[in-house]
Amino acid sequence: MLPAALTDTWPWYIAGPLIGLFVPLLQLLGGKQLGISGNLRHLCAALLPGRGDFLRYDWKSTGGWNLLFALGTALGGLLGIQVLGTHHIAISPETRAALGALGLQDLSGLVPREIFSWPALLTPRGFVSVVVGGFLVGFGAAYAGGCTSGHAISGLSNFQLRSLFAVLGFFAGGLLATHLLLPLLF
Amino acid sequence: MTHRLFPVLYLLLGTLFGIILTKAEVISWFRIQEMFRFQAFHMYGIIGSAIAVAAVTRRLLPRRPALPTLCGENTPAADERTGRGARFWLGGAIFGLGWALTGACPGPLFILLGGGVTVMFAALLSALAGTWAYGNLRSRLPH
Repeated sequence: MLPAALTDTWPWYIAGPLIGLFVPLLQLLGGKQLGISGNLRHLCAALLPGRGDFLRYDWKSTGGWNLLFALGTALGGLLGIQVLGTHHIAISPETRAALGALGLQDLSGLVPREIFSWPALLTPRGFVSVVVGGFLVGFGAAYAGGCTSGHAISGLSNFQLRSLFAVLGFFAGGLLATHLLLPLLF
Repeated sequence: MTHRLFPVLYLLLGTLFGIILTKAEVISWFRIQEMFRFQAFHMYGIIGSAIAVAAVTRRLLPRRPALPTLCGENTPAADERTGRGARFWLGGAIFGLGWALTGACPGPLFILLGGGVTVMFAALLSALAGTWAYGNLRSRLPH
């Protein structure tokens, strides 16, 4: 049996500082900046660069390290979920009530199965959440030049004003989707 | 430390990053909903303390990286397309819409897929399509 400290939910004051340490670690290791969404761009550049200069660059030398990092995160997900047993998310009672009011019946698992499963892809809410949501994540991260790791953690920790604008944008969009779109969609 | 070990090192660091995000439940749609509804401190605590620790520790480091880089620069020069800054708030808001809908930013997409939530493959393909679309439309977008 694995110790409970490993298999239970890690508290924010353990996980947050550990995540923060990746910024100096990557900087020290090779002058790299933490930023996962760059990998979406590197994958596009590798698979289908198309026209224009945005996707035409040497993705191997620029993003090779980051693609390996992303592959590692997938492995980490495999270990974290399958071995360390992250299966049940103890969200607050208020959130359970709000999601119940939206019509979600099954609040077990990592993600709601009623939305995030292959059969649910054919429902309006499944399609919008997975396919439209995914598109907006990829488009927005490329447009803003970074995602949660790149702008919020890397950028804000370096006091970048542009990252502050981006993070305010993240929250404006997220609040809009949560409080206006989801009630219409669900 | 030799150059040849660097790829393994990045793979290992990524694995640790994936485990931490998984165990902190940052990859869960439920936690993202809880955050955008302001119903728990969890996500704010994680993001806030990560920024604080990164801000302090990165200032303790020497200005230049102590070790030679493996892959050159971080971002291609074409990245620096910045006009009046519309790209940050507008792009950010588009990203935020997607973040709340999928419940996953790019890191968690890879993590959930690796962890066996296979439908996230469709989300990843869509995200790639989104990035590709931006790449081919960017000359017509305000920056």
